[in-house]
Amino acid sequence: MVRGLMLQIRALARSGLEALDLDLAAGDAVAVLGPSGCGKTLLLRAIADLDPNQGRLALDGQDREAMPAPQWRRQVTYLAAEPGWWAARPAEHFAEPEVARALLPTLKLMPAMLDRPIAELSTGERHRIALARVLVQSPQVLLLDEPTSGLDQETTHAVEAVLRQRMAQGAALIFSTHDEDLARRLAGRRLRLNAGRAAWDDESAGP
Amino acid sequence: MTASYITLDWIDLALAATLVLVNGLLSLWLRLGMERQFLIAALRMCVQLGLMGLVLKTLFALVSPWLTALAVLVMVLFAGREIMARQERRFQGPWAYGLGTGSVLFAGTLVMLFALATQIQADPWYHPRYAIPLLGMILGNTMTGIAVGLNTLTERVARDKAAIETMLALGETRRAAFRPLVQNAVRNGLIPIVNAMSAAGVVSLPGMMTGQILSGVEPIEAIKYQILVMFLIAGGTGLGVVLAVHTGAARLSDARHRLRLDRLEVE
Repeated sequence: MVRGLMLQIRALARSGLEALDLDLAAGDAVAVLGPSGCGKTLLLRAIADLDPNQGRLALDGQDREAMPAPQWRRQVTYLAAEPGWWAARPAEHFAEPEVARALLPTLKLMPAMLDRPIAELSTGERHRIALARVLVQSPQVLLLDEPTSGLDQETTHAVEAVLRQRMAQGAALIFSTHDEDLARRLAGRRLRLNAGRAAWDDESAGP
Repeated sequence: MTASYITLDWIDLALAATLVLVNGLLSLWLRLGMERQFLIAALRMCVQLGLMGLVLKTLFALVSPWLTALAVLVMVLFAGREIMARQERRFQGPWAYGLGTGSVLFAGTLVMLFALATQIQADPWYHPRYAIPLLGMILGNTMTGIAVGLNTLTERVARDKAAIETMLALGETRRAAFRPLVQNAVRNGLIPIVNAMSAAGVVSLPGMMTGQILSGVEPIEAIKYQILVMFLIAGGTGLGVVLAVHTGAARLSDARHRLRLDRLEVE
């Protein structure tokens, strides 16, 4: 076992995705790249166990199947490219809105945004609030689907800084992106998907 | 014994049928294109009710528990078919028919047996004169409630997919993620019976009670029967809707707390 290994994935497969191995230590980041429809979202969702899938996954040596799915997902949390909402205002989506308010400025959002109707927020604002909703739960592994898509450069850097800080605190990160620069800056390893088949990028050897 | 009510002869019915013809003429005049539908529906009703009359006559003459049970089964199977026909999004495989039918079977027969065993106490208890009409009234309403409840559930699940999956991804249980939808679906399924009870006697005179009064029963007796039937309908609808919607929600998720929209037919 690799020292400090946190997330271990063996032969993870599902419809639309060929079997794949992946090890992730605390503070690691893996970028998932590839054209639209290549299976990036399918991979992240399979790790979170949101769709039927096969394979052995373990977190800190504990098998995924041995723990209830909600417990797994609180530690290995997926954020969709288009997250959902179930109440009129963002604040109602947080158990402790005040904790979220403190976090928002780091994502270049105003704390008062939590009280605005969701329909009045831009896609980028909604997405960062949804990221805050994941971050306040402090999961060990973040599965982020296109976390910076549609953001300007300055905001992208802010999000990146927040993610780096979480990695420094011991979180691991798997994110999909079309932004090759971001992938190179943030991720130690890059996984390239093509029609559901995974290959590690150049020098960034896997698994 | 002389009948205490005014019997209808065939001429009376033929006279009433002219009203349907009036509807047909109105349809032609207003170009609604409904004259054929009107005619077919009226004919269907006559044939179906005529057959029902013959079946009831035979059943009443025989008073057999097996034949009564068979009639109950046939009615339940038709109710299940009707529930399925009213679904915009159906469950895949045997669930499409099984979910509604199972729920209506459980709720309808349970409430019918309860009424037969306690309030009606016919001799014998399975006498079709009581069992069949009671079940008919319970089934009709329970069927509507279940159809509305399931339709609301599947429609909302498809619409709120992103919200449900986000809750699940954040580590909520499927029970928590489905709660608002399940509540909404059950509520929608129960609204018709609440409305029917609220309007009874003020806006509407329920058909059963009216029928008894027309056939010479004392109004107070007829009303007591109607209240009993309303309670039975409310009980059947409540049980049926809760059972169908909860089973449906369980079927749309799995033991790993995933949303399983793949278990609905693709439109």
